[in-house]
Amino acid sequence: MSEEGFIELDGVEKVFDVRRKAGFLRRERHRVRAVDGIGFRVARGEMVGYIGPNGAGKSTTIKMLTGILTPSAGRLRVAGVDPSRERTRLAHRIGVVFGQRTTLWWDLPLRDSYGLVRRMYRVPEARYRSNLERCVELLDLGDLLDVPVRQLSLGQRMRGDIAAALLHDPEVLYLDEPTIGLDVVSKAKVRGFLREVNAERGTTVLLTTHDLTDIEQLCERVMVIDHGRLVHDGGLDALHTAGESERTLVVDLARALPPIEGVPGARTVKVEGPRQWLAFATGQSAAPIVAAVAERYPLVDLSVREPDIEDVIARMYAGGKGL
Amino acid sequence: MADAQAGPRSAYPPPRPPEALGRARGALGALRAYGLIVAMWVRSTMAYRASFLMTTFGNFAASGLDFAAVMIMFSHIDRLGGFTLPEIALLYGATSTSLGLADLVLGNMDRVGQRVRDGTFDTLLVRPVPVLVQVAADRFALRRVGRVSQGLLVLCWGAVGAGVAWTPAKALFAAVMVIAGAAIFAAVFIGGAAFQFWSADAAEVQSSFTYGGSTMLQYPPAVFARELVRGVTFVVPLAFVNWIPALRLLGRDDPLGLPGWVDFCGPAVALAMLLGAGLLWRVGLRNYRSTGS
Repeated sequence: MSEEGFIELDGVEKVFDVRRKAGFLRRERHRVRAVDGIGFRVARGEMVGYIGPNGAGKSTTIKMLTGILTPSAGRLRVAGVDPSRERTRLAHRIGVVFGQRTTLWWDLPLRDSYGLVRRMYRVPEARYRSNLERCVELLDLGDLLDVPVRQLSLGQRMRGDIAAALLHDPEVLYLDEPTIGLDVVSKAKVRGFLREVNAERGTTVLLTTHDLTDIEQLCERVMVIDHGRLVHDGGLDALHTAGESERTLVVDLARALPPIEGVPGARTVKVEGPRQWLAFATGQSAAPIVAAVAERYPLVDLSVREPDIEDVIARMYAGGKGL
Repeated sequence: MADAQAGPRSAYPPPRPPEALGRARGALGALRAYGLIVAMWVRSTMAYRASFLMTTFGNFAASGLDFAAVMIMFSHIDRLGGFTLPEIALLYGATSTSLGLADLVLGNMDRVGQRVRDGTFDTLLVRPVPVLVQVAADRFALRRVGRVSQGLLVLCWGAVGAGVAWTPAKALFAAVMVIAGAAIFAAVFIGGAAFQFWSADAAEVQSSFTYGGSTMLQYPPAVFARELVRGVTFVVPLAFVNWIPALRLLGRDDPLGLPGWVDFCGPAVALAMLLGAGLLWRVGLRNYRSTGS
């Protein structure tokens, strides 16, 4: 196992046989290629974003990497181990957070769930204590340790879940939508923590998300999957270029006016009463556009919207711009 | 993440032990993990102490109602299928205890289907503990002690009143009968859980074998049609739970006329069924992991 190929995939496929009711007793069978020949390498200590529209094959890939699912074809190694064959042994070396499924004990204090992790993974007492201390400090869990999980907010529970996945010092951490449904403060805490863990401990992190900000703040590398194929693997900037993504300036004018014209670098894409939407390239600053609008129009309020990852990918795919 | 200069990852995570030793350690580890998860559920239950006490009592009373029905029947007749009330109590108590034990140890295996459907099954697969153990301990309910203790009470009452001349050998025979019965019920539970990998509705099928099967076993075999008894003996070897051994205990003839050594087959049948169920579970799990549905 080389450090560059800490996670290795070669031509990995996952084919599902789906049976559909087609009559009283008749079942139509058809094959769905959820993952259709994916290959990539992740080095130890890398932090990679894995994104794609719903049903693109993200979760299926994560499930194969954790050993939950057996690939239909291809070669897959994590830390030199075939996950589907040595699932239980590999479990000691990986941490998994399924964003919407908590592994914490609903009726018990957070501390009890961590105690179970310690015994189940046989984490040495001293190491467990220092790991917990660090998690509590970085994720701000101090006041929550003795609160039953059912009383925690979504953001607090997610932080609790992430800590639970790290107490046994995993070498790889898989996060499936770790920031979904969280408020801004919780999101910031989670991101800060992941950065810290990655830098301090060299933990390899693979995360799926719908929030582009997660990727922007955490990952230098992003992989995009669509229809079971890797359509992009590289930096985030390259993704924007490939996807020709645009930011949007939303302005509220004093009254309904005809579409704004004559702003260099921007075009009006939508008008709804006094509110107008202007699109401009991702690489461009919003300031001159705001200035140009404010100079000639009665501007009341404004906001800038970052391109939606789904849009970027959709446009990228529609444009046929693979890799 | 605490000590970046902790040096090489020495003995943690543990290296793979040699095959035979690994197996023994694996079995011990599985038991330990079962205990850990059960302890968590017991603590969870104690978060609602009053509810626990009420449901335990309810469980005790509800399983006793079955026997109350038999007693009411006996207030009108002396014998049912040639059996006296204490003899039936012995049959009923043995089955009830066996089922109660199996139910206590792995009574929530029918949750596998639900876990598969809502996706939480996957969270079990990423832990360093056998999935079967986690599923067996899932939602462990201490209140089920209610059924076991009620069954034991009736069994003891029947054992005293049925006119059996007890010897240490016979007592051992009865204990083995109850434990083998529990193992047979456990095998049916595991098999039923395994089927849920294919069909999410299999929980219903399993209930008809266990709870339905149990109701039938609480009445003497002669009450039911011969064919039905034959089916139960051979198709679902649940009869080994108590009919055949209990008939010997009571010194009665077996209506099927099976040879005498069959009475001692309980443990062997239990073992075979457990092995079969374990195999079925493995196949089911493998199927789940290749289809993910």
